[in-house]
Amino acid sequence: MNFWSGVVEWFTSASSWEGNAGAVHRLYEHVAMSGASMLVAAALALPLGIWLGHTGRGGAIAINASNVGRAVPSFAILVLAAQVWGIGWKPAFFALVALAVPPMVTNAYVGLQGVDAEVREAARGMGMTGAQSLWRVELPVAMPVVVGGVRTAAVQVVATATLAALVAWGGLGRFIVDGTAQRDFVQVFAGAVLVAALAIVTELALAGLQRLVVPAPLRRRRPARERREPFVGLAADPQPS
Amino acid sequence: MRWDWVTTHLDDIGAATREHVVFTVVATLIGLAISFPLALVARRWRWLAAPVLSTAGILYTIPSLALFGLLTPWTGLSRTTAVIGLVTYTLLILTRNIVIGLDGVAPEVREAAAGMGFGPARRLFRIELPLALPVIVAGIRVAVVTTIGLVTVTAYIGQGGLGRLILDGLTRDFRTPLVVGALLSVALAVVADVGLAALQRRLTPWGRDQ
Repeated sequence: MNFWSGVVEWFTSASSWEGNAGAVHRLYEHVAMSGASMLVAAALALPLGIWLGHTGRGGAIAINASNVGRAVPSFAILVLAAQVWGIGWKPAFFALVALAVPPMVTNAYVGLQGVDAEVREAARGMGMTGAQSLWRVELPVAMPVVVGGVRTAAVQVVATATLAALVAWGGLGRFIVDGTAQRDFVQVFAGAVLVAALAIVTELALAGLQRLVVPAPLRRRRPARERREPFVGLAADPQPS
Repeated sequence: MRWDWVTTHLDDIGAATREHVVFTVVATLIGLAISFPLALVARRWRWLAAPVLSTAGILYTIPSLALFGLLTPWTGLSRTTAVIGLVTYTLLILTRNIVIGLDGVAPEVREAAAGMGFGPARRLFRIELPLALPVIVAGIRVAVVTTIGLVTVTAYIGQGGLGRLILDGLTRDFRTPLVVGALLSVALAVVADVGLAALQRRLTPWGRDQ
């Protein structure tokens, strides 16, 4: 059978989509795993990064967190996690949390630090307390950069969740991993298309969210992701997995 | 950890490390050879900059396992598939940093070069590129460190350098090669990053006090 008609047949046959090994269930696993690890990672990383950025403490740690994270291949993190927690959902979950934390800490710190000193002083001069200034002035101004970190982390998590198939967990990566093992390249290609589509949809959705959280009066400026300094920006780039 | 495995497999470990370095160097050099003209085109025709960078950005978003999977109909489970995939991930960072670096050259400097009778090509290679070097090398550092991490994934298509040790350890449930492969790939990334940073300082002696 011709390869491309095989691909068309894969996408049009119900058996590819239904059941516990079907694409719908695999997509659900992929999204659920990515979502759960993003929630836990955000709950850890955002308060920490925001607090460090607000108080100006621990700058070196916050900035370098994502550089150090980049040097450790996500494949290696995942496989090492499998040594600690065995195979299954646990190593995937903990590895994804570990990957998602550094870019969110870095961006939250950089975002809060990037608020003009005059703006903070103006908030103080209007009689705001430290907490009021943080919630009502600094956070809204820093929001695009903070969400930029969430976007970076989410894209990376969705990508790395593909590799979780290597430690015997589900998700869309299963089609690629099983297909490679069985030399079934139609399945590999179909899985790759699904994974690539999910990654691109995640990226576009969060890019849209990032545009939405810019406070209205600041909207006519260029988005924060383009305005940033090259070195800071590089620290916040996702790492392909 | 079984240290006796390490001492009896030094040859394999050395070969895997060499393969890892070769993949990284080849991918980065090809990436530079593609990114440099792309960056020049994006600077010459400004309206092309956005489509060029967003195409590279979309490619960058695709998970590596999926990208290798998308290439298999054409190039199979081969070295070529690995290199094409690795090069693809360097394009965004390299192209963007070359554009940002060249844009950062002060207009007065450019005018001074023109005033001294430099043509566009000589100005680019003698004035603008050296001044842009810190930003370009910063991009190369990120591209190299990223590539070193991604080479490990190519083990899944039968390549992989140190990734083969990791995958081997995983499939045989034998911890030693896995830990050796992971640690060496992190060490390679750190050495490459520090080495390139040192090289950049040597190449741009005028920027040292900054």
